[in-house]
Amino acid sequence: MYDPTVARLTYRALLGRRRALILGALPVLLIAISVAVRVLAGADDQVAADVLGGLALATMVPIIGVIAGTGAIGPEIDDGSVVYLLAKPVKRPTIIVTKLIVAIAVTMVFSAVPTLLSGLILNGNGQQVAVAYTVAALVASIAYASLFLLLGTITRHAVVFGLVYALVWEALFGSLVSGAKDLSVQQWSLAVAQKVSGGDLITSDVGLPAATVLLVVVTVAATWYAGQRLRSLTLAGEE
Amino acid sequence: MAVEQPLAPSGEQTRIHNIGYRNYDGPRLGRAYARRSLYSQSLRGAYGLGRSVKSKVLPMLLFVVMCVPAAIMVAVAVATKAKELPVDYTRYAIFLQAVIGLYVASQAPQAVSRDLRFKTVPLYFSRPIETVDYVRAKYAALASALFILTAAPLLVLYIGALLAKLDFTDQTKGFAQGLVSVALLSLLFAGIGLVISAVTPRRGFGIAAVIAVLTISYGAVSTIQAIAFDQNSPDAVPWIGLFSPITLIDGLQTAFLGASSSFPGGVDVSSAQGVVYVIVVLGIIAGCYGLLTRRYRKVGL
Repeated sequence: MYDPTVARLTYRALLGRRRALILGALPVLLIAISVAVRVLAGADDQVAADVLGGLALATMVPIIGVIAGTGAIGPEIDDGSVVYLLAKPVKRPTIIVTKLIVAIAVTMVFSAVPTLLSGLILNGNGQQVAVAYTVAALVASIAYASLFLLLGTITRHAVVFGLVYALVWEALFGSLVSGAKDLSVQQWSLAVAQKVSGGDLITSDVGLPAATVLLVVVTVAATWYAGQRLRSLTLAGEE
Repeated sequence: MAVEQPLAPSGEQTRIHNIGYRNYDGPRLGRAYARRSLYSQSLRGAYGLGRSVKSKVLPMLLFVVMCVPAAIMVAVAVATKAKELPVDYTRYAIFLQAVIGLYVASQAPQAVSRDLRFKTVPLYFSRPIETVDYVRAKYAALASALFILTAAPLLVLYIGALLAKLDFTDQTKGFAQGLVSVALLSLLFAGIGLVISAVTPRRGFGIAAVIAVLTISYGAVSTIQAIAFDQNSPDAVPWIGLFSPITLIDGLQTAFLGASSSFPGGVDVSSAQGVVYVIVVLGIIAGCYGLLTRRYRKVGL
């Protein structure tokens, strides 16, 4: 279920040239802000939780997930070069799983590592805040990457829909309609973070068992359906 | 025409026949007409008019999402016979900044990235338009599209307020202030969106980059503002607001357009700081225009 050549091509498509720049700029910004906050405010557990929750988990992880998840397959479908890949004797679910693994790895490296670093800078992992949010970022990376990879196979406007989900659904609807929080990757990963930290700094609206089940179901279902979509892919011309 | 003359001066049988091509001697519409056409086509394109049904969905949806809250507010104000509208004209765009951001992110790359990707830019410049014409037409089109998006709900609010027989002078003043504010916002956002998306021929990447710049800068600025406010240094709050587009507009209209700021604690922006805000906003707009002109000076040629 893993094809090294497909993986190598995907890595190059994701990290080549300017894409790597924007992927790298976000973590650098997060760490710069953490340093600024630490200098301005000193070490404070609540501030650290706010910055990591509001900036890292709510904004940075979804955006990196969108870029890596849709970027792993979207451009190829968009410019039609995916037919050369599909024409090779490689199973399409294998292609999807390989691309998913690459997307997850890239999202994890560019979101969880900076989250851990900035957590350490902010309060030196007091009350396990840094580790808890890092775990949340890791978990969220898997779910986001598989969701957005699926979007990349469904629609040409995957980036827009991915961002609408990440920014409008999770941020806006989540704060207005409490029911929307049950269907939010961010809340599911927060449930995991809550368990890790054990304190009351990090809270989630979803229980841990439900969150775990939903995360697994979403990831597996999205990956399976993306494979199905790729099996019956028709290349449409530019609108 | 030269084709009538025999090729060799000695008058042999070889000659080029005149097969009846004629010169165009109708009216030449010229540079201004080409620029106007590019402007109107780009403006229509920003709302998906003249494009496929699929590409109409998103801009129209965002337009509706912008206007519906205004209609609801008006309905509530009329039904409850309120003395004033539940939201200031100037605050409306700040509330719905996510929608505006998504609109810029989806339509700015649409306006320029595809021309780069399909290498149609040289074709534009084979017409009598210059680099500045292309940049001005695209900039003006996106800014107008944004202005329509942001001013339409204000118009809904204003008409509703007049129908509800609220104070005329008060409402007109607020409406005018709101229009100035969204006009500046449109210019600022259009400039930032176009500069970012003119760098890449990939539409999806342009969308992600624009939204990342808008969201991350706002997230970073509001986080640092909140912390600065908590650390008892509210004086720093307006200065931090200079670093993201939406807080720039927020601070500017707080200083000069009678708005109340959305900064933490409702920190006020003094007139001196307001001048800095104006300078920065105008500087960014001019800078975006300059960068775009530079970008297109030798693109694809």
